[in-house]
Amino acid sequence: MPVYSEKVMEHFMNPRNVGEIENADGIGEVGNPVCGDMMSFYIKVDDNRLSDVKFKTFGCGAAIAVSSIVSEMAMGKTLDEARKITPALVAQELEGLPKNKYHCSNLGAQALNKAIDNYLKKQGKPVKTKGRRKDEKK
Amino acid sequence: MRKIYLDNAATTPILPEVLESMLPYLRDAYGNPQSLHYGGDEPREAIEEARGRVAALIGAQPGEIIFTSSGTEANNFAVKGLAMAQQSKGKHIVISAIEHFSVLHSARTLEKWGFEMTEVPVDRHGLVDPDDVARSIRKDTVLVSIMHANGEVGTIQPIAEIAKLTKEAGVIFHTDAVATAGTIPMDVRELGIEALSLAGNQFYGPKGVGALWLKKGVRIIPFLDGGVQEGGRRAGTESVPAIVGLGKAAELARAEMQSRVNHLSPLREKLIRGLLSRIDHVILTGHPTQRLPGNASFCIEFIEGEAMLMLLSSQGVAASSGSACTSRALKASHVLIAMGISHEIAQGSLLFSFGLGNTEEDVDYVLEVLLPIVDKLRQMSPLYAKFLKGQKGGK
Repeated sequence: MPVYSEKVMEHFMNPRNVGEIENADGIGEVGNPVCGDMMSFYIKVDDNRLSDVKFKTFGCGAAIAVSSIVSEMAMGKTLDEARKITPALVAQELEGLPKNKYHCSNLGAQALNKAIDNYLKKQGKPVKTKGRRKDEKK
Repeated sequence: MRKIYLDNAATTPILPEVLESMLPYLRDAYGNPQSLHYGGDEPREAIEEARGRVAALIGAQPGEIIFTSSGTEANNFAVKGLAMAQQSKGKHIVISAIEHFSVLHSARTLEKWGFEMTEVPVDRHGLVDPDDVARSIRKDTVLVSIMHANGEVGTIQPIAEIAKLTKEAGVIFHTDAVATAGTIPMDVRELGIEALSLAGNQFYGPKGVGALWLKKGVRIIPFLDGGVQEGGRRAGTESVPAIVGLGKAAELARAEMQSRVNHLSPLREKLIRGLLSRIDHVILTGHPTQRLPGNASFCIEFIEGEAMLMLLSSQGVAASSGSACTSRALKASHVLIAMGISHEIAQGSLLFSFGLGNTEEDVDYVLEVLLPIVDKLRQMSPLYAKFLKGQKGGK
């Protein structure tokens, strides 16, 4: 078993904000079951702020802990602030991730970004097309 | 916290009698077995006694046992050493798709050395079809290596049947019996094979010791060159305490074999029945009846193995999984994939392997703690949410 930080274990054992939001303003899905992890993020937006963030995740302990901390980090932030949650920040906030689990932190940030993209698209607002990662296609 | 060890496929604990048997050779009888003075006598005799016990466990002659550092070494030795010894005859070997990495990767190394390799498939229960083996044998085939049983899914292969076919073809047959030796009865003469690997830590012996049985007269290229230990076939000062421990474990396993099987099988069946009846969308992996007495392996749909292991561990239950996330390389178990299980389902792999210390109460406890764990993870799983929606939509 990989050696996870206490913070990872704590979020894995007690994940925050698990669930779906009915009539969510934005939904972001990343990953696929073949690679092992799948994350769905649901957001509610009020006044350009994330008033609610929920997630569902299929994956390992790290994937679940990442989802939980991303939801916590994003809650209450403006959309622009939420965009600044990078994989590196997520890993840092979790007090580190094993090397071979680092991709999980990518997925978390991607799923949140996709949910924001989805919201903007629904609103007919321009979606910021910052360089997408190649694994983000699906 | 209550601790329930259900990962005997990874390693069994060491029995107290085995530990006791080893201690004199860590303390006073420290001599080198090759020494001609008095210091060599006791360890040398102890090694020969152990050799006899290991041989008796599998129906072999003592002189046919070569001690190694592990099952992995025995497999490397057999696959590479037997192939290399016959390379003037041909350069083709046959293995199954679900071999342990120590066989699979040895075969891949042989490929780099100019050999060709055929991987025989398995069916959805993990069984090799002996006819597939026969069809894979060519004029230049020099070795067939098919495991006796797979520790991950428990399926026991029809080794004697396969051996008949290899014998007809005049090809040497090695079996990796690491998961079976000391666990189920076996006799190498009845099996009709030429080589067999076993490991001490799979039947309550110490780690770091194994053995290769090589039928008298079969040639092998030594791996470790050096002195005359093990008849010159495996050089290096013998690990006397480990070998003695292996011998003791073999003696106990042989004496208690049937009672151990009688202890393990009902536990396995109770867990399989309990789990399949209480949790929906669970698959029993491996063969329903031709399986190791202590192996209960499953795939639990919509959730992932590592997460299950961590939650089980937090409740004191030690188990294992072949999911991609549990492997360093993030690859799903090649065994499950070879059995035709999808990557998605393989993610939910969960293996419980029973040992002598386990009881019926352990099974009750595991079922009690596993149900809420599966629920918790499924509540979190987008795959499960999609499945439920699809079900509703379908009605």
